[in-house]
Amino acid sequence: MNLIDFILEPLSYDFMIRALITTLVAAIVGAVLSTWLVLIGWSLMGDAVSHAVLPGVVIAYVLDVPFAIGAAFFGFLAVILIGVVRDTSRVKEDAAIGIVFTTLFALGLVLISITPSQTDLGHIVFGNLLGVSWADVTQVIVLGAFILGVLIYKRKDFTLFAFDPIHARAIGLNPKLIGAVLLALLALTSVVALQAVGVILVVAMLIIPGATAYLLTDKFSKMLVIAPVMAAIAAVGGVYLSYYLDTASGGMVVLSQGAMFAFVYLFSPRQGIIGKRISAIIHAKRQVQSPRQDVS
Amino acid sequence: MINPAIYIRDLSVSYGEVNALIGANLDLPEGKVVGLVGMNGSGKSTLFKAIMGMVKARSGEIKVFGEDPVLSRQKGSVAYVPQSEEIDWTFPISVRDVVLMGRFGKMGSTRRASPQDHAAVRDALAKVELTEYSNRQIGQLSGGQRKRAFLARAIAQEARILLLDEPFSGVDKKSEATIIRLIKTLASQGATVLVSTHDLLTLPQLADESILLMRRVLMHDTTQKVLQPNNLALAFGIDVLARGDDT
Repeated sequence: MNLIDFILEPLSYDFMIRALITTLVAAIVGAVLSTWLVLIGWSLMGDAVSHAVLPGVVIAYVLDVPFAIGAAFFGFLAVILIGVVRDTSRVKEDAAIGIVFTTLFALGLVLISITPSQTDLGHIVFGNLLGVSWADVTQVIVLGAFILGVLIYKRKDFTLFAFDPIHARAIGLNPKLIGAVLLALLALTSVVALQAVGVILVVAMLIIPGATAYLLTDKFSKMLVIAPVMAAIAAVGGVYLSYYLDTASGGMVVLSQGAMFAFVYLFSPRQGIIGKRISAIIHAKRQVQSPRQDVS
Repeated sequence: MINPAIYIRDLSVSYGEVNALIGANLDLPEGKVVGLVGMNGSGKSTLFKAIMGMVKARSGEIKVFGEDPVLSRQKGSVAYVPQSEEIDWTFPISVRDVVLMGRFGKMGSTRRASPQDHAAVRDALAKVELTEYSNRQIGQLSGGQRKRAFLARAIAQEARILLLDEPFSGVDKKSEATIIRLIKTLASQGATVLVSTHDLLTLPQLADESILLMRRVLMHDTTQKVLQPNNLALAFGIDVLARGDDT
């Protein structure tokens, strides 16, 4: 099989085209959001919100309203509950996050078990990339475009919020509102990404791309490009690998992102464990070859 | 005093059961550098927050340029230069972009910088002598350069009140001299500068007047008088100046 056949064969199936579009949108939106989550230190919050949306999605299914509404509601509920437990007891934040999101996730599992449905709601938990319908694809694209639009439009406010929320407040912005908008976008992104990889693995798409880009650059504007590009490559690569290896597609996408992070973690020229040493050796060799540069 | 920049009467602030500030009275004039001296937990940060309208008064009154501090904050009248510990120095942001954040309050909702904004940033960077470092990632600067970068942000903001939290900690002598010169210039141009510091040896060169804080305003007078050992003993319980380099 030549390369063109390798690329084109999966595209002869409609379900593969739908899977690729869904994963690409989810990966790009998740990656852009992840740049801020990683810098703010909200990775655990991303984990919490993405799991806590499960009961919201199930209830939305039962009530026949868009998943996004139920997800946003339970995403916010989780954040509020975490804040309440943290502020009104001696329990620390990480424990509060663990308690709230696992409880809500469990509620979601119980609701799934008692909800009669034609479609297998279990797919929400583990993802069913190859089973997405064109209606799902449309919802993912519309939601993804909305999230991406808000993120890009307000990117400078989000960056200021991540870097120095006190200054944000000092110049008259409302950091609480900015944080709330980010959390809402986080809940909505969970809805987009769960179509691709399922609730359990959504958090990977919300952390790995941002963390990978963070190891590659000192410029936030570059992170905003590197993260989605790498996530998109991993997404397409993961879907193709799952097709040819006959493995779980959602898992394969996340595995590709994880492998990409591992490679960058080792070989990033500035931050990589091995890459830093290689850069230092190359730099030393250049200095030996052209010692006059030292003088200047 | 006719129109103080900051007017505080019987101001008390508490966090739950803890009284952070008790019955404070202060009039801070325009165009002065005022030192703020006190131990950790003496209410310095709370006073800053009150001036920025970030904490609610349990009782009493605070006005910034005659209006509610929340309003003056929303107008961008108050700039805050944070302590080093409050900042993530690994954040992928350049020195120029940090200074540009001082202009955000004057920009539209997308924070697109105008030529005037870029000019203000260039000007502020030149004033703090960081022009050649403007493309560096903020964490690649030395302690003193970092402080100067944040001072540049406050200058770019064109705020009428500057709150500086420990501007001399971890700062080399050259940066210290630059910071002192800049603060004095800003005050001579009409800014009110409130400097919280443990560096009592630098304070007399910097501040015309100082405040001694121990949850209450123990004293507000010329810096020379405030720094007299018997007064410091009130706030610190020890003869601070006698400890020489340790201060």
